[in-house]
Amino acid sequence: MPATARPLSPHLSIYRWQIQMVTSIVHRATGVALAAGTILLVVALLALASGPDAYADVSAFCTSWIGTILLFGWTWALAFHLLNGIRHLLQDVGFGYLPVQFVRNGWIVSIGSFVLTALVWACVVAQRGGA
Amino acid sequence: MSTQLRTPLKNAVGLGSAKHGVHHFIVQRLTAVALAILSLWFIWTVLTLLHLDYAGAHALIAQPFNAVLMLAFVVAVFWHAQLGLQVVIEDYVHTPGLALLSQVVVKFLCFLGAAASVLAVLRIALGR
Repeated sequence: MPATARPLSPHLSIYRWQIQMVTSIVHRATGVALAAGTILLVVALLALASGPDAYADVSAFCTSWIGTILLFGWTWALAFHLLNGIRHLLQDVGFGYLPVQFVRNGWIVSIGSFVLTALVWACVVAQRGGA
Repeated sequence: MSTQLRTPLKNAVGLGSAKHGVHHFIVQRLTAVALAILSLWFIWTVLTLLHLDYAGAHALIAQPFNAVLMLAFVVAVFWHAQLGLQVVIEDYVHTPGLALLSQVVVKFLCFLGAAASVLAVLRIALGR
């Protein structure tokens, strides 16, 4: 809450949703989610360093239903943040600024993130033997 | 009318641009490029770990190639995360005390996360 309640222009509530807004907001949201997800990476590395028992606990969490849902979510978050991040880097060096390119690249990133997630989880399912 | 936009105090103190205005932007991009490359290795490594037992997983990360890339990955991840979370807090947390507190907490947690990860990778690579 700001110290003084000043009038604000109505923004999110009044604009028609566009792919540019979606990719921008989702990039931030996935960034925050990935920062939180990194805790699991730290725990997994510490477990791998400390011994088989700790590693078994982390493996059990990762293969539990809640762990699987979280890992699936983080896979998609990483896929989106990675692809959209590459789009941002290309824009930083001057590519893709025309509105048509912007909209097209936004859709490529969004659909691509689901394709990349599906590819990774196809490998997971193949290795787990369908479990 | 004065054409001087700086205050007299500003001129007296002599503080102006220190040429570091784009430092955050540059480091965010630098770590992003590193992570774009390292993420592909990371995804590949995690998929390889899935069908390994503890000893196999330990041996895989202990290999110098993987240990070095894992060190680079965790350092780049926490550096990038800390820069990104800083901007999110700047944009959405407007209460002065809470804004400062959350910035400090994020920086501390990111450093602790990076330090713990580095220690773990070093123990895996050098220990036993």
